[in-house]
Amino acid sequence: MLDLSVLVNNFTFLIVQGLLGLGGFTGGTLRLAVPAIVLGFVFGIFVGLARLARARAISLPATLYVEFFRGVPLVMVIFWIWFIVPQLLRVPIPEYGVALTAFVIFEAAYFGEIVRAGIQSVPRGQVEAATALGLTRAQTMRFVVLPQAIRNMVPSLVTQMIVLFKDTSLASIIGYVDLTKAAQIVNNREIRPFELYLFIAVVYWVCTYSMSQVARRFERRPA
Amino acid sequence: MSYKFDWSVLWSGESGGWLLQGLATTLELSVLAWVLAAALGIVSGAMRTVPWRLLRGLATFYVEFFRNVPLLVWMFFWYFGVPPLLPEAVREWLFDHGLPFWAGMFALGVYHGARMSEVIRSGIQSIPRTQFEASLAMGLTTFQAYRVVIIPIALRLIVPPATSESLNLLKNSSVALTISVAELTFQTRQIETYTAKAIEAFTAGTLIYLVLCVGIAIVMTRVERRFAIPGLIARGG
Repeated sequence: MLDLSVLVNNFTFLIVQGLLGLGGFTGGTLRLAVPAIVLGFVFGIFVGLARLARARAISLPATLYVEFFRGVPLVMVIFWIWFIVPQLLRVPIPEYGVALTAFVIFEAAYFGEIVRAGIQSVPRGQVEAATALGLTRAQTMRFVVLPQAIRNMVPSLVTQMIVLFKDTSLASIIGYVDLTKAAQIVNNREIRPFELYLFIAVVYWVCTYSMSQVARRFERRPA
Repeated sequence: MSYKFDWSVLWSGESGGWLLQGLATTLELSVLAWVLAAALGIVSGAMRTVPWRLLRGLATFYVEFFRNVPLLVWMFFWYFGVPPLLPEAVREWLFDHGLPFWAGMFALGVYHGARMSEVIRSGIQSIPRTQFEASLAMGLTTFQAYRVVIIPIALRLIVPPATSESLNLLKNSSVALTISVAELTFQTRQIETYTAKAIEAFTAGTLIYLVLCVGIAIVMTRVERRFAIPGLIARGG
């Protein structure tokens, strides 16, 4: 029946190595998720702004980029980078590099859409008023549009961050030792799949649920 | 670069039929999982808005727990973790009838059911409360009010978000390759392994997903227009 000792005995490996990434292997869910979220968002800002650009030479490629990556599975993108890029460049890329690149490229498309929607949610009159006050386009963006847009974006941004956090489990497919892979490694030795996978489900849940609670606090804050 | 392209591996030789087989499995897996997800989503989404606390609590637990854990973990859980606990007869039937497929279908359906539930709940909550009250005043029971008034209206309101959620389900079916379901991504990978034609295989696989997703999105825009409730929702923007 339920055997919790497997969790107690392997707790350090699962949490310290698998979740935090402090251990013998290059790994860790957080070590991958945090840079992926930050870089994906930064890249996403550029994608979102590019989609809104007046010049079609800029907005069209950005639109194609977003539509392309939103139409293919993340696993496919990971495989492209894992199998094909090293062949083309003729250098091996470590799992961490592959996973991080795939996540940033893929999630930037989603973050880009959030940024675009956020900017479009700012009423047109705000831009006109700023122009009437003599602000340049860059100043309008910097002082009027973005501060309001970012506030509107917060709920969707956090949702997307949670999605990305969960998606990092897919890095285990190419052998990156994150929380999911750590559970697999332990399971290969101990054969207690029910306990182990339920346990990491709870660990993931604690992380994502606390992220969503922080977000809720932000939403309640009056504008 | 000395890569020699050979696109014929996609349609001839040993690997010729693999892409189509994979596509068929992906569609089969997604459609069955979608039916499960829609059923779970409608029931739990409605339960989250009813006036009884116990039902609400149950539905909230289901939604919050299942959608906040990675699909991959659920795949492993249903595939490796659950079967040993099942009765002997059920387990044997599953082993004889493709356990990976059913575990994958279940994982995908239950996970997306929780996500679909949120879509349906927000649809129900966007219906003015007075509709529900009017139904009760007409003498319908709460169950009848949901069945004939609230849920039909909600379903017509949520076509766009439900479509994008369904496309997520289709794309996420690729995760089933981790428990060796021979779906499209699995077969793409298989072609790469057997023929070493990585670029050809992944290009074909990627394009198939892209065509499926874009195609479904176009069809659903039509459907959305057909089912929109006239005058109720502001379109566009």
